Amino acid sequence: MSTAVMERSESLVKEENLTVKVQSEMRSKIEKASKIAVKDLNLFYGEKQALYGVSLDIREKEVTALIGPSGCGKSTFLRTLNRMNDLIDGVKITGDIIIDSENIYKNNDVIKLRTKVGMVFQKPNLFPMSIYDNVAYGPRMQGIKNKKELNKIVEESLRGAAIWDEVKDRLKSSALGLSGGQQQRICIARAIAMKPDVILMDEPTSALDPISTLKVEELITNMKKDYTIVIVTHNMQQAARISDKTAFFLNGEVVEFDDTDIIFSTPRDQRTEDYVTGRFG
Amino acid sequence: MSIQTNSVEIGKSNKRKYLLEKISSKLFLICALLSVISLLLIIGFVFYKGSHPFIVEGYSFIDFIFGTDWVPSEDKFGIFPMIVASILATIGALIIGVPVGLFTAIFLAEIASKRLAKIISPAIQLLAGIPSVLYGVFGLAIIVPFLQNTFGLVKGQSLLAVILVLAIMMLPTIVTVAETAIRAVPNTYREGSLALGVSQIGTIFKVVVPAAKSGIMTAIVLGLGRAIGETMAVILVAGNSLIVPTSLTDSVRPLTTNIALEMGYAAGTHQEMLFATGIVLFSFILILNFVLAKISAKGGN
Repeated sequence: MSTAVMERSESLVKEENLTVKVQSEMRSKIEKASKIAVKDLNLFYGEKQALYGVSLDIREKEVTALIGPSGCGKSTFLRTLNRMNDLIDGVKITGDIIIDSENIYKNNDVIKLRTKVGMVFQKPNLFPMSIYDNVAYGPRMQGIKNKKELNKIVEESLRGAAIWDEVKDRLKSSALGLSGGQQQRICIARAIAMKPDVILMDEPTSALDPISTLKVEELITNMKKDYTIVIVTHNMQQAARISDKTAFFLNGEVVEFDDTDIIFSTPRDQRTEDYVTGRFG
Repeated sequence: MSIQTNSVEIGKSNKRKYLLEKISSKLFLICALLSVISLLLIIGFVFYKGSHPFIVEGYSFIDFIFGTDWVPSEDKFGIFPMIVASILATIGALIIGVPVGLFTAIFLAEIASKRLAKIISPAIQLLAGIPSVLYGVFGLAIIVPFLQNTFGLVKGQSLLAVILVLAIMMLPTIVTVAETAIRAVPNTYREGSLALGVSQIGTIFKVVVPAAKSGIMTAIVLGLGRAIGETMAVILVAGNSLIVPTSLTDSVRPLTTNIALEMGYAAGTHQEMLFATGIVLFSFILILNFVLAKISAKGGN
């Protein structure tokens, strides 16, 4: 009897291996081109090391979620992608980040990098100006003065952020009078206005109510066709809902990086499983 | 029994505490009133003395403001040259002091490394602590001869010298207040702008400075107040001529200087006219304070 059971389970394992193999083959066929390649990235705040040998391959027009407990380095990592960490004194970085075959830490044109890699922050951080001026701010600073062109960019960006209908009648009123969720979508519109390739989002919904969160999530899913999105989130359901790939960070290391459904169903690493099942974090 | 005595004791000591509380709050009130009383006394006294010639002695206030001759011995009291000198000196000082002060504040708050800011900031605050007579002495010893040589003047004491000294004197006020305002701008604004690929200088002028606008306006108005009321340093470098200045190199006599120079020996109507000069000066300050209140009310919204 025992041999029969053994045989049966062996064949099951084989079958399973087979399906995994087929799945991964299918995946590699539809796999998109690499957009951001991170190789052995280490980051130090002064003496303290915050990221340890991070290597990730972020693909074009996908949503990549970064999850992990507080202080695991996921936001720090996100901010290396558009060099926002440069603003902090005493940050030292080794390793390579290559975006579209350009090493962003070798090339010193940070301004160009940041127009290409936009960012949306944890709390909506609109400027104390009108809605229109907020969205037109970036293009204006790039030297676009033509009123018609600016109008077009503002409308397109607001439509792109699915908030045009809500604000089209009050573009000239202060952006700070909007609700938090609306403000965050204007922030996304402001980022879109620069026509970036990549949009980084640092817990964009953590300050929002559930309905606003849903709207922003829908928006992110829709934006995927035009942009490569990297999103840090505390909310694992959110990562499961909206992302294609998920990276699990722990203590400054990437523990596991794979398709989102694999991370949330059959992770390879015990720590990943413990985290996604809510055993810690 | 013992519990009762205990509670009585506690009650006693509390009574003392409440009494102390009452006395100290009264004491604080008196201290606070003292400054208000001083203010009212000074205003009352200046206005009483200063308005006397116009109400009782029949002098024309219009002639006083727009008269160009100040000859107390001939009963001529016109302070128009002084008003013009005060206004021109203040505006001139603003034209130099505001950009320099603002750029210094921006540099300290936004650009300078922490180490450098730690050296420059205390230096600027120390500038505020230098007695004004020393500014005057500095102006007299350095700026006046410099102007004399550069422009080939007979006398270096001039409107330009006053402007330069006042510009330096208003710097600490403008820098300190503006720096505080700029530092108070939330960092998220800077990040939002920089993340859009805007340069640091672009971010400063398009986002940070506009966001700190009301604080910066306050800085300018406070600097202005300092300039218009300055007396001692101005006496030393102004030259004190009683003419309506037509060029920067003219010797001038601002309002403050007029009072300080003549009060020592003036009597009767002459003295009262000096108080009247004080009223005009005080009105300027009052207008400035009004503007300041408007600005901070706007900033509060």
